[in-house]
Amino acid sequence: MASCKDNEQDPRVHGIAAAIRVVPDFPKKGIMFRDITTLLLNPKAFRNAVDLFVERYLGKDITVVAGIEARGLIFGPPIALAIGAKFIPLRKPKKLPGEVISEKYDLEYGSDCLEMHVGAVQPGDRALVVDDLIATGGTLCAAMNLLERAGANVVEFACVIELPELKGRDKLKGKPLHILVESR
Amino acid sequence: MAVREGKEQDPRIPRIASSIRVVPDFPKKGIMFQDITTLLLDPKAFKDTVDLFVERYTGRDISVVAGVEARGFIFGPPIALAIGAKFVPLRKPKKLPGEVISENYVLEYGTDCLEMHVGAVQPGERALVVDDLVATGGTLCAAISLLERAGAEVVECACVIELPELKGRERLNGKNLYILMESH
Repeated sequence: MASCKDNEQDPRVHGIAAAIRVVPDFPKKGIMFRDITTLLLNPKAFRNAVDLFVERYLGKDITVVAGIEARGLIFGPPIALAIGAKFIPLRKPKKLPGEVISEKYDLEYGSDCLEMHVGAVQPGDRALVVDDLIATGGTLCAAMNLLERAGANVVEFACVIELPELKGRDKLKGKPLHILVESR
Repeated sequence: MAVREGKEQDPRIPRIASSIRVVPDFPKKGIMFQDITTLLLDPKAFKDTVDLFVERYTGRDISVVAGVEARGFIFGPPIALAIGAKFVPLRKPKKLPGEVISENYVLEYGTDCLEMHVGAVQPGERALVVDDLVATGGTLCAAISLLERAGAEVVECACVIELPELKGRERLNGKNLYILMESH
């Protein structure tokens, strides 16, 4: 787990990277799963991860933090609370009650779907999308589409970890991505 | 949404209560679903909610906050961060990578299962269980079991909303339940 270039100078990133564990062959053989639960067991490292994002986004007039189920629901709310933004959960189908909009996206085999509440976001809202990790970028792209369909402006994507070899950045329509650690 | 009777009402609670919406017939006909996503769209109400829990649990040597997937992931981490505790996600089966312990619990029809990582919690740790709502208490009961099996002491369960008519309080193995509001 390597510190991302942007954050190389910040002494907190090393502790964050070291707190993340890799679990081989999960959810299936051949996949080296980056497990952030061990980061959450380290209060100082978890605090530092949130602080690094909050410091970046304070004073940028971000009105919405959208977090992708499920691990984006862990990192997004503390950021939203600290910067005074609304928090919007983006969820798998049929989890959100009431009226939703849906966006399909491709998986390696088949497709999946992300939903957002109608009315959660207003046209002109400035949004941050948060998840624990970016791999292929499919989920983040679906999140961006939901927010843009509702008239929001996606300002940036924020993830703890990037798997750069999967080129997820290419799916973000040129929107910036901010990460704390890269993992190869 | 009724605020609790006989309890000195914190002035922040009415706004929190009125920010929660009820969605009829979700997930199925006859159920009046308490939807906290509208609370999350009100930054002041969300912050006040977290603050009410943090004020109660600061300085009580709580070293673990366990949050039940998925809405416990929204409220648990901000509390954990503020009180300096670890955050431990309790998840549906097959979501946590690596070694887990599982606890079955009864639903209206059938059963479900909650999992926790082996090693997340040490014997003797003092734990708080957090979820958005307590209904029958089945999920909280499973959460308490997991923590106790790992040797932790569950100090209290904390939820935003209680549905008192479903008597969840009686299913908590004698553990105390702290809530912000009731819904009848």
